[in-house]
Amino acid sequence: MNSSALTIKTLNHNFGSLKALDNIDITLNEGDYSILLGLNGAGKTTLFSLITRLYDNQTGLIEIFSHNLKKNPTKALANIGVVFQQPTVDLDLTVEQNLQYHASLHGMRKKFALNNALIELKRQNMENILKKKVRELSGGQKRRVEIVRALMHNPKLLLLDEPTVGVDIESRKLIVKHVKSLCKEKQLAVLWATHLIDEVDQDGKLIVLHRGKVLANDHVKNILRKTKTKNVSNAFDYYTKD
Amino acid sequence: MNIFQYYLCFKGIVFRESLRFFYQRERFFSALVRPLVWLAIFAVGFRSFLGISRPLGQPENWPYPISLVPYELYIAAGLIAMIQLFNGMQSSLSMVYDREMGSMRTLLVSPFPRSFLLISKLVAGVSVSILQVFAFLMIALFWDVQPPTFGYLTVIPALFLSGMMLGALGMFLSSAIKQLENFAGVMNFVIFPMFFASSALYPLWKIRESSEILFYFCSYNPFTHAVELIRFSLYGQLNEKSLVFVSIYLLIFLILAIYGYDPSKGVILKKKV
Repeated sequence: MNSSALTIKTLNHNFGSLKALDNIDITLNEGDYSILLGLNGAGKTTLFSLITRLYDNQTGLIEIFSHNLKKNPTKALANIGVVFQQPTVDLDLTVEQNLQYHASLHGMRKKFALNNALIELKRQNMENILKKKVRELSGGQKRRVEIVRALMHNPKLLLLDEPTVGVDIESRKLIVKHVKSLCKEKQLAVLWATHLIDEVDQDGKLIVLHRGKVLANDHVKNILRKTKTKNVSNAFDYYTKD
Repeated sequence: MNIFQYYLCFKGIVFRESLRFFYQRERFFSALVRPLVWLAIFAVGFRSFLGISRPLGQPENWPYPISLVPYELYIAAGLIAMIQLFNGMQSSLSMVYDREMGSMRTLLVSPFPRSFLLISKLVAGVSVSILQVFAFLMIALFWDVQPPTFGYLTVIPALFLSGMMLGALGMFLSSAIKQLENFAGVMNFVIFPMFFASSALYPLWKIRESSEILFYFCSYNPFTHAVELIRFSLYGQLNEKSLVFVSIYLLIFLILAIYGYDPSKGVILKKKV
């Protein structure tokens, strides 16, 4: 039986009087590939900010591999790899220097960390970019470097917040394919936030987030059956239309 | 996480800051231009009628081995502190920028305690400011600003402490500033009042002769104590009062900065990062 990678229970979050998240319950197991689908402003980035402890949850519970994020952030965060919506690589530094910096933030030895990164870069035929400045890379390459970086410390839960924003169609396909294969091979739990319906994997799980509420959370096939719709787009409309 | 991993993390943060400093040499040189303009134009212009003489009956306020010091020698300590003040504000500006651009998140999601990450970032910034100070001191030799040789060594701990204090102030401000655009306000409300209401350009006993209120304001200005700590240490002496003030202010600003970036308490909670 798979163990729980991420457990979120009765999570609420407000920005002043604005209710950004309303009673969220989500569970992800090892090897799960889940798409968090929602329009802009649905609360996806707020949810990611809470899971990565940029700010603490005001109510409810977040556990990562059974470590309570609020009470034991060190152990909980060590299991997470994150790709944020906005690029977070330093443009003035080389790919290697960026990766090295990330490794140090996880207390890893440079050599060991770069070996890990090199394996990932080779998988994507990108090993020759190590000495290049990030500024010289294409949008798609930058995002893939961020994925490589997020995996350097061997996390068991990968969070991606709209990782394909600003990336061309070809690079988008490559990124989606790569993350899916990682999920299968490494039994990585993946939570992928997006507003692009075509990024939803028919074999994976789908979480529909709308105005801070989870409206659906199940395998795509089950959701299509329940809503009696033919595709994810129609199912999404079914849940979100007023 | 063990101690060696803490060391690796600290080293990585300092290394990154050094690399950024190496790649942004323009920033380094422009930070030098500001105090050099004060030294080469302002101080030289005022030299003929602004020499500072030893105050009567106040030996504790006079570190110099001579009774009358040329103005450029007097303001050197203030200009050194000015470099550190601007460096502290510059790094806080870059923190606001990093936060808006997203790269701050990389640091904040590290599994190490946030207070450790912030202090490491502070130390990294201070190391860069100390290099800037020494570059300034080398150039200042051309204007006969020449403390005793041992002064170059004894000033280092003072620079570290004052740099940490001013950097912590900048860090706290960066946690409180919501947007990059608001940073201009900091220039008007923090940097200029701090600099001009201090002993950087004129001694406190001279200020007292003109305004008692301003004197008290200057006496409690953290920047005054950073300047005095540096001034005395350049001559191998310890200004104990300033050391106490700088240490207390450092502690206060550090607590506020850590509070500001605390995920459950600080102002970071009230805005979208």
